[in-house]
Amino acid sequence: MFDSLTGRLSDVFDRLRKRGALSEADVDAALRDVRVALLEADVALSVVRDFIAKAKADAMGENVLRSVTPGQMVIKVVNDALIEMLGGEAEELNMMAVPPVGIMLVGLQGSGKTTTAAKIGLRLQTRDRKKVMMASLDTQRPAAQEQLKILGEQAEVATLPVIPGQGPVDIAKRALEAARLGGYDVVLYDTAGRLSIDEALMGEMSQIRTAVDPHETLLVADAMTGQDAVNVAERFHETAGLTGIVLTRVDGDGRGGAALSMRAVTGCPIKLIGVGEKLDELEEFHPERIANRILGMGDVVSLVEKAAETIDQEEAEALAKKIQKGQFDLEDMSKQLQQMRKMGGLSGLMDMLPGAGKMKDQMAKANIDERMIGQQEAIISSMTKKERSRPKLIHASRKRRIAAGSGTTVQDVNKLLKQFQTMSKVMKRMSKMGKKGMMRQGLQGLMPGMSNSPF
Amino acid sequence: MNATSWLGRLKAGLTKTSSQIGGGIADIFRKRRLDDAAIQELEDLLITSDLGLDAAARLVGNLKKTRFGKEVSDQEVRAALATDIADILSPIAIPLEIDVARKPHVVLVVGVNGSGKTTTIGKFARLYKAQGLDVMLAAGDTFRAAAVEQLKIWGERTGCPVISGKAEGDAAGLAYEALQQATSRGADVLLIDTAGRLHNKADLMAGLEKINRVLKKLDESAPHDCLLVLDATIGQNAHNQVEAFRDIVSVSGLVLTKVDGSSKGGVLVALSERFGLPVHAIGVGEGAEDLQPFEAGAYARSLMGLD
Ligand SMILES: Nc1nc2c(ncn2[C@@H]2O[C@H](COP(=O)(O)OP(=O)(O)OP(=O)(O)O)[C@@H](O)[C@H]2O)c(=O)[nH]1
Ligand SMILES: Nc1nc2c(ncn2[C@@H]2O[C@H](COP(=O)(O)OP(=O)(O)OP(=O)(O)O)[C@@H](O)[C@H]2O)c(=O)[nH]1
Ligand SMILES: [Mg+2]
Ligand SMILES: [Mg+2]
Repeated sequence: MFDSLTGRLSDVFDRLRKRGALSEADVDAALRDVRVALLEADVALSVVRDFIAKAKADAMGENVLRSVTPGQMVIKVVNDALIEMLGGEAEELNMMAVPPVGIMLVGLQGSGKTTTAAKIGLRLQTRDRKKVMMASLDTQRPAAQEQLKILGEQAEVATLPVIPGQGPVDIAKRALEAARLGGYDVVLYDTAGRLSIDEALMGEMSQIRTAVDPHETLLVADAMTGQDAVNVAERFHETAGLTGIVLTRVDGDGRGGAALSMRAVTGCPIKLIGVGEKLDELEEFHPERIANRILGMGDVVSLVEKAAETIDQEEAEALAKKIQKGQFDLEDMSKQLQQMRKMGGLSGLMDMLPGAGKMKDQMAKANIDERMIGQQEAIISSMTKKERSRPKLIHASRKRRIAAGSGTTVQDVNKLLKQFQTMSKVMKRMSKMGKKGMMRQGLQGLMPGMSNSPF
Repeated sequence: MNATSWLGRLKAGLTKTSSQIGGGIADIFRKRRLDDAAIQELEDLLITSDLGLDAAARLVGNLKKTRFGKEVSDQEVRAALATDIADILSPIAIPLEIDVARKPHVVLVVGVNGSGKTTTIGKFARLYKAQGLDVMLAAGDTFRAAAVEQLKIWGERTGCPVISGKAEGDAAGLAYEALQQATSRGADVLLIDTAGRLHNKADLMAGLEKINRVLKKLDESAPHDCLLVLDATIGQNAHNQVEAFRDIVSVSGLVLTKVDGSSKGGVLVALSERFGLPVHAIGVGEGAEDLQPFEAGAYARSLMGLD
């Protein structure tokens, strides 16, 4: 998400930084570019207009243009406006109510409501130790109730038994009653997808809301939504009184404008984001981290958290020792590749690294992508143990065998070996540079031959 | 499907959506000179319909060339824009042709999660069945919970047999088996459902490639059509989707779904200019009968709030 926006804004900012004095016309020109960047990222036009007007007013303030570094000041103005638009602190689901706490999920068809219901159920049950019941009020879509039931079994979250023929409002009431009697802490209402312009179904949604008065009413929306995001969010907010937004498919390469638009028009926080189809792929939304990501400043906090979750501490220390001794081998490289994949793949990592936006473009140009990681893992796993620890052994006939075994070509094997060499060199440099040097120089300092190395 | 029902349905879907853009244009051009400010506002309106910056700029550019400085009415501006949009879209308004000699004509249906693939298959099944063809469905989504059950219900609704394997089984294997069965039965059409997948996920896209490859083992020319299903609420990301799916499974045509919603699917105009892929049909509701041929003129005029 947000990649192209990051790229465009960093170009605008680079130009601004180069300038000494700035005239009003310069600021206008820069803001025009910001406008284009936002619109291309699918931020709704009305939201963009407000954004630009505010940024312009702030930038025209006298301290900005007369300051020693007006370029920097304008960048700061845009930064601040962006963070404000995304909302400040992360906001969690609000559980402060008499149990069973009702959470209702609403949204357009196919936006991800049912999946998100199960994700939230799993999260509340495992992380917060709540006793959760889920109920499908979707009598519309074929097999919708069956879908929630199966997801409930997968997540080991209870679901309300289905009574065929019962309408949504009655199911909701029955769910609340069952949750009360069963001593549940939370009851999740999964509703049928509906168009914001479908008066009848929008009316039904408001009836359900009146009937069970959920504590949280969440709009589940696709991160790839276009300009219409504002209308949808507005209509659902008017009719259902939203308390928050869940953005799904954030694992896609959508430009994320919908996030900005919906938050801006409803004032509702984005509480959670869906980052995959699996039930544990739900994360909190941290506005300030996302703003930093958009602005190309990286999201180091998330990176560290991710690393802490996925990296085996002992293994990492063992590796560090090997690197220092110059003993890094292909086996280690394979482990690194695996780890990288676990941490969200190359692009996932790149999103979180400061100054990595530009590198990502370079990588795209050099055709380095996730598939390459898989391919490289395959190549290494087709080697014998001996070959892995002593890559020098790998000559022509062995290369042919490895290529055949991994479904690749000898060129691919050569490329990997070359990369391994580059990597070993980098590793040596890294151990010389030490931890501090790395923090200061970031990844770029490590990467002279970037175009042919994915690391 | 007669012309009035098609227009009626499309309009019922589109008027809600176009009343906004239509109303907007009406405000701008009530007996007004087409000056730079008016042009800018017009361009903005096209942007709010997801046409994208380039397509919007080009369309108003045309208008500017012919009508700049003139007093123009609201109706004129809408009609002119609709004509230009229809010109862009009419070459791609091509229905899906089934070649009954193929026995079966294999249609692979792909797209990102939740775009409307399974529903669209149900709708096509009804359409071809009504034309007297023998239609089979393959439940190639072995991943999502109750995806198979969902397709089975569509099979029952339309009276078409559904070939399915076990949940979490191998999708390519199922597709292979389905094609074998459809061939031995002598079916006219085989519609293959696939699991939704995001186009930027290399491993999932490789899975799709495999389905494609496996089908070719049985029939070199299969799949005869590969439909990419796009949700009309999508923004500029549609470009990435079309590009990625086209590269992996050589998409042969598009279906735009949920056109009955408040989103206009305006990105289609830019997609048409960039990729030139046929648009075979549009989805205008959740029912089996809610599939309509894509008609460029009617679509463009409705988009501009005309008729
Ligand atoms: N990649 C990805 N897919 C998701 C995410 N959330 C949901 N999905 C997928 O999106 C598709 C639709 O999800 P559902 O949960 O069925 O959507 P829904 O809103 O309940 O759909 P209706 O009930 O038909 O309106 C499924 O294929 C899900 O697996 C996400 O965060 N990332
Ligand atoms: N209003 C409207 N809803 C539609 C249309 N087409 C599909 N839907 C709804 O969109 C939702 C998702 O449709 P599916 O057919 O399950 O989508 P899918 O692409 O198969 O989803 P996955 O298999 O999960 O990726 C369902 O609730 C459908 O009823 C349409 O043309 N109009
Ligand atoms: Mg659902
Ligand atoms: Mg499906």
